[in-house]
Amino acid sequence: MSTAVTENQNKDAQQPAAEGEEAIPTYDIVLKVRRYNPEFDSEAHWDEWPLTMYGTDRVLDALHKVKWELDGSLSFRRSCAHGVCGSDAMRINGRNRLACKTLLKDLDLSKPITVEPIKGLPCEKDLIVDMEPFFQSYREIMPFLVNEDHTPTGERYQSQEDRARFDDTTKCILCAACTSSCPVFWTDGQYFGPAAIVNAHRFIFDSRDQAGDMRLEILNDKEGVWRCRTTFNCTEACPRGIQVTKAIAEVKKAVFASAL
Amino acid sequence: MQVHKYDVVIVGAGGAGMRAAIESGQRARTAVLTKLYPTRSHTGAAQGGMCAALANVEEDNWEWHTFDTVKGGDYLVDQDAAEVMAKEAIDAVLDLEHMGLPFNRTPEGKIDQRRFGGHTRDHGKSPVRRACYAADRTGHMILQTLYQTCIKHNVEFYNEFYVLDLIMVDTPEGRRPAGVVSYELATGELHVFQAKSVVFASGGAGKVFKTTSNAHTLTGDGMAIAFRNGLPLEDMEFVQFHPTGLAGLGILVSEAARGEGGILRNADGERFMERYAPTIKDLAPRDIVARSMANEVREGRGCGPNKDYVLLDLTHLEPAHIDAKLPDITEFARTYLGVEPYTEPVPVFPTAHYCMGGIPTDIKGEVFQDSETTVPGLYAAGEVACVSVHGSNRLGTNSLLDINVFGKRAGTFAAEYARDAEFLPVPDDATKRTEALLDNARSPHGNEKVAAIRKDLQDTMDLNMQVFRTAETIQKALDDIAALEERYASISIQDQGKRFNLDLLEAVELGFLLELAKVMSVAALHRDESRGGHFREDFPNRDDENFMVHSMVYEDPSSPTAGIRQETKPVIMTRYEPMERKY
Repeated sequence: MSTAVTENQNKDAQQPAAEGEEAIPTYDIVLKVRRYNPEFDSEAHWDEWPLTMYGTDRVLDALHKVKWELDGSLSFRRSCAHGVCGSDAMRINGRNRLACKTLLKDLDLSKPITVEPIKGLPCEKDLIVDMEPFFQSYREIMPFLVNEDHTPTGERYQSQEDRARFDDTTKCILCAACTSSCPVFWTDGQYFGPAAIVNAHRFIFDSRDQAGDMRLEILNDKEGVWRCRTTFNCTEACPRGIQVTKAIAEVKKAVFASAL
Repeated sequence: MQVHKYDVVIVGAGGAGMRAAIESGQRARTAVLTKLYPTRSHTGAAQGGMCAALANVEEDNWEWHTFDTVKGGDYLVDQDAAEVMAKEAIDAVLDLEHMGLPFNRTPEGKIDQRRFGGHTRDHGKSPVRRACYAADRTGHMILQTLYQTCIKHNVEFYNEFYVLDLIMVDTPEGRRPAGVVSYELATGELHVFQAKSVVFASGGAGKVFKTTSNAHTLTGDGMAIAFRNGLPLEDMEFVQFHPTGLAGLGILVSEAARGEGGILRNADGERFMERYAPTIKDLAPRDIVARSMANEVREGRGCGPNKDYVLLDLTHLEPAHIDAKLPDITEFARTYLGVEPYTEPVPVFPTAHYCMGGIPTDIKGEVFQDSETTVPGLYAAGEVACVSVHGSNRLGTNSLLDINVFGKRAGTFAAEYARDAEFLPVPDDATKRTEALLDNARSPHGNEKVAAIRKDLQDTMDLNMQVFRTAETIQKALDDIAALEERYASISIQDQGKRFNLDLLEAVELGFLLELAKVMSVAALHRDESRGGHFREDFPNRDDENFMVHSMVYEDPSSPTAGIRQETKPVIMTRYEPMERKY
């Protein structure tokens, strides 16, 4: 447990370590972060720090250790620190992940752990990217329920089956891990990207919604679903375990069906 | 410096802020200022549900919900406010359903409901199914749905605009808000937002503690800004410690785990809640469960190598049931503790979770400037506020309810006030105090590091101001905080840039945390009784004769108690006489 570890770390040296069998492993790691601050730097560079980390520590803990003890100028977004707010998507050892959900012990610690900003969005500073283009795409697919019928006094009924139809895509936390892992998005920033399509899916397959056809028309655009090359990067990147590629395939199928 | 002008400015874009914006935005020109992107707000971390007496699955009514809320809050609840909340809960849930929230459904297609701590049928007879939910990510779905609805209504957001001050001006009628001062994280520029109405919806202050379910960003900004502007804070001694944080980490495991049948066990495997709350056992309110757990550990019946946690046992539940109802929290246990909840019990211990206190408001959300009068044009809603619907202990699910009911009210009344009000002139020196604050944080004074001071603050608060308190421990916390304030005067930060200077941001946040830790401790020291979330071992009983009152604390340099003056405000009682609180 991490509290026990922190205590051991701070106790006097003569204190015996916690009972041998329960001793918490420590890790000597090297954290290598891609740095860029346009205010001072003409180009990006890498900084490295050797760190001793503990037990249940995550990549976010390593970043915090640097920021709080070694270099306060290291900049990254984070908030909830347990994988629900979507602030800290970054490229860790070449894969998009949330820093707060990536345990150090699950990484190859024999080599430096590389951390870079997610790709395809302009870097603002260190690991912080401009999220505006990402949210712009999200807004364009009408990410809200449209139902022009008279609002009932009570709830709109929905069967458990109908509710289950779009359950997977309601989990999205808009962290952009999927979209910024997509090779199509890297080369063409105009592409809506997986996250926007996932959120379109969430409404297209909601039995209460009436604007499915409009969303399908939007996604039938040349920057829409047809740009997807089914590389599955997005599914692999999703920290919420959403079957992103499957959702995109379902939207493709729906576009096709509605065009007939 | 840029100046913007809006009828209504809302500070914060979690559930309360966005619910307010949906109302205000349709009635008045509204801007929402938020230090995070709206979908990063901590409303999204709420899991279990939102209570409303829909009676979809069994008999229920809003009066029972009101009673449970009042009793759950150990009678320190303002009963008129609790009644408003329980009554309007039904529409609040229906509003969300109409906006598109994907609630779980009953076989007939109605909104499904489940049990939650302290929510009972007929005044405590047995647990009742009252919590409307979307798996164990109800808060996530509320946050997403409100954000989606804001997009639908073209609400104007200023993302990553950190509000650092409230502009109050003197008028013949008294002090009134004229706007706010905000710091743009991307550029380091200051912006003045002139406004007729200001709504604070900036959340809680859980980061005062080390072990907390709260996000790193929950640093009590709104509360501290109000306090620094001479406004009172109410009932700040009452902090809720959620019983089931993942041991050592504090990450929340929803009460829904117990609502769905989970059982707490000590090292002997005993279901110890049977001793503390014989009727509703593991579903007793959070203060009681948290204290019972801490007591088990204290008396040597804790689990693990250091005997410092208890176990949440879900192993008797069907894996399919766990997957359907509790997917996220079981994944947290797997990811962060390496525990498989299908087959192993989950190590848990209380975690600082929620501030019952905050900026005092009436049932319109209008902020009190003293125990009697409010400030027209100034509103607060959600965790930053104290209406008070939670009294000394909030019931589970009532926070998601609070943000929806009182967010809606604050947004509506703020817009209505703005319709007939004039803009007040912003004084030339409106940003002076903020500039001084930032300059001070940026200037190198010494070698003190923000993170080290923050860690020491959190350590002393965990040690001295947690589930069990005495005058001695509270005084120790106050002494430590005073020493930390001195160290804070000697901080230096490393980042000297303007862009996304989060080093600077953390320094400012620490100033707020120190202030609020002091406020909580002073209020706790004054309350020589035990009630709800505030348990004084030196005064273990509730004392209605002397303490059936809200505490109101003000900044006052002339006060001998850490420069904080303590007053009181009467509790509003309508239907319910205080009774002994048994479950």
